[in-house]
Amino acid sequence: MADFFNGFWHWYIAVITVLSILGCGILLWTQSTHRVKLRADGTPEKTTGHVWDEDLTELNTPMPRWWIVLFYLTIVFGIGYLFLYPGLGAYTGKLGWNSAGEYKAELKQAKAEYGPLFAKYAGQDLKAVAHDPQAHAIGERLFLTYCAQCHGSDARGSKGFPNLADSDWLHGGEPATIKQTIMQGRVGMMPAMGAALGSDKDIESVAHYVRNLSGLTADPIKVAFGKPKFASCVACHGAEGKGNPLLGAPNLADKIWLYGGSQETVMETIRKGRTNTMPAFGEFLGEEKVHVLAAYVWSLSNPPITTAAAK
Amino acid sequence: MTTPQEAVIRMYAAREEIHPRETKGRYASLRWACVWLTQLLFYGLPWLSMHGRQAVLFDLGSRKFHLFGLVLWPQDFIYLAALLILCAYGLFLVTAVAGRVWCGFACPQTVYTEIFLWIERQFEGPRSSRIRLARQPWTFAKAARKGGKHAAWLLVALWTGFTFVGYFTPVRELGATIAGFGLGPWETFWVLFYALATYGNAGWMREQVCKYMCPYARFQSAMFDKDTLIVSYDVARGEPRNPRLTASGAGDCIDCSMCVQVCPTGIDIRKGLQYECIGCAACVDACNGVMDKIARPRGLIRYATENALALRLDPVQVRQRILRPRVLVYTAVLALLGMAMVASLALRNPLKLDVIRDRGSMGREVEDGMIENVYRLQLMNTTEDPQRLRIAVTGIASARVVEGEVVELAPASTRAVPVRVRVNPGEAMSGSNRIVFGVASIDGHGLQVSEDAVFLVPK
Repeated sequence: MADFFNGFWHWYIAVITVLSILGCGILLWTQSTHRVKLRADGTPEKTTGHVWDEDLTELNTPMPRWWIVLFYLTIVFGIGYLFLYPGLGAYTGKLGWNSAGEYKAELKQAKAEYGPLFAKYAGQDLKAVAHDPQAHAIGERLFLTYCAQCHGSDARGSKGFPNLADSDWLHGGEPATIKQTIMQGRVGMMPAMGAALGSDKDIESVAHYVRNLSGLTADPIKVAFGKPKFASCVACHGAEGKGNPLLGAPNLADKIWLYGGSQETVMETIRKGRTNTMPAFGEFLGEEKVHVLAAYVWSLSNPPITTAAAK
Repeated sequence: MTTPQEAVIRMYAAREEIHPRETKGRYASLRWACVWLTQLLFYGLPWLSMHGRQAVLFDLGSRKFHLFGLVLWPQDFIYLAALLILCAYGLFLVTAVAGRVWCGFACPQTVYTEIFLWIERQFEGPRSSRIRLARQPWTFAKAARKGGKHAAWLLVALWTGFTFVGYFTPVRELGATIAGFGLGPWETFWVLFYALATYGNAGWMREQVCKYMCPYARFQSAMFDKDTLIVSYDVARGEPRNPRLTASGAGDCIDCSMCVQVCPTGIDIRKGLQYECIGCAACVDACNGVMDKIARPRGLIRYATENALALRLDPVQVRQRILRPRVLVYTAVLALLGMAMVASLALRNPLKLDVIRDRGSMGREVEDGMIENVYRLQLMNTTEDPQRLRIAVTGIASARVVEGEVVELAPASTRAVPVRVRVNPGEAMSGSNRIVFGVASIDGHGLQVSEDAVFLVPK
């Protein structure tokens, strides 16, 4: 057994347990009778024979017999328990019960209970699910449990964690794409372009060019310098910097910045690159739950939002 | 010298069966009244309906306790503690005044034993026949009588177990599932467990429960004093005993042993107060009957206090002594606690709010430099009406809720609502700022609740 590093401890526990039970039985047996002196008339003393402080004696008022029987029953119970359940060293018990098995049984039960509900939605179109008030309420709870840690309770994200409530999508905002994102996860990789672009000056120029794409304040001369250098970026971000959802390359021409749009931040992003991971939830949650969740996420940027309660 | 002879004594003894004789009289009637009252309540309550649901239902699955118009949630658990404290003080008070009247008249152990004894009498007859039957060897007739009794006991016990579970699972559905043999393992267990406990305690254990199992029986005597009403034998009037009514100048006790025969715990009250005495006053009824027959005044055995007997107090003086400090203190505490509980239940806010700040982001800058924080508001509507609520935020002048400030909650439900709060730039200090969320009902239910929170402004 993995619980013990060698066979000795298994026996050690088992022997102590068995001896303790035996000891309890012997104690009960020996304590249920008592030897007392006979009085002058030949009848036994009415006290238990214990004497304290010279003359303090204890009157024998017997407890009911069922009382001690209860104690014997605990021994019977203990033996039965140790036979059926793991407890005696490495012995796994006749029933083969363990907490992992119990967990699995509970999962199975939960699946049997909630399965039909999720199965109903799994058969529906994602957009239809998104407009179902009950599914929306379930999706909200799922989101608050599994997604809110990174994307926020309001799904509006924070630095490095995309806002899911706007209409801007790194990998595409179609319901099926969202579902794929949740199922399989995403890895967003912006390579470090520092070496490819050359000097710090070049990086600065490209940053000015990129900021200019979004209409942010930029030095026109540096923008002009940066434009030819941006050729290194078009493979992913496109000639107009509008990005490519197939590659997860963000649109640089809108006002949405995952890491921030300041000159320094943009330069840092270009120089060092960015790597970001959205974990895959498919295996953990199962496709049926992800289906409801994807519909909820899609509905965030596709009003009207019809929640069970908020109208 | 001879060695002293020794003998082996047993430290545990078999129980001696007690066959209490049936009594008639004021206290027996009172006890039967208590049996009817408590049992009509117990067996009847689950069948009452209200608002389209069971009026009294302890719904463990959804963690809601329905008590007529009241819905108690796990958050209201404090009321259970308050109820227990109230019960404890009620007990202190009653015990200080009148001893173990709870035990003798209202305790389920007494009540069910009374019911089971009644059944026993229907099958086995009065005390003398029961003793005779117990001594008889096993015959078909004996087996039939005993079997019939146990079958009847088990029926009552099963109905009791069914009723008990009916407080936790809607009793009508429970009946239907039992009829269709579709009962779940836990419900089956509790129906049978409670039935078995009733059958065992009221049929077999009886006084053993009071003598050896009940902690209350033991610590009650610590609450007695010399002015507590207890079932007492008037030694001065009764002794010396006068079995044949011949001796002149002898006491009123004719040693008929009726008081012993009726005692459910098998003691002789003439030996004085004993811990086994549950204060049921069966011996009072029995002795009064005998006194009537021999034309002596009633009350040789009666409810009296130690002081009343020792100082020969008249009833008025006994009553005056009820108002002693300990009783007054118990009454005052009981009244105060009772009022506090009723007031707190009446003023209980049926709307509950918990504010949880999003830990993922501190505070973020949004358009026009405004600072935004995200919270999750855990809202709980404990009423049985749907609620429309408006979320407001105060503490920083420009603080306001962005979108979704109106939410709707279904009856008796909870909901986590993500809420964004925005503050104008420069209006809050960087660091943490105190804000207050206020949630109020829109539809004139007049419900309102507020909760403190922290608004973070990045540096």
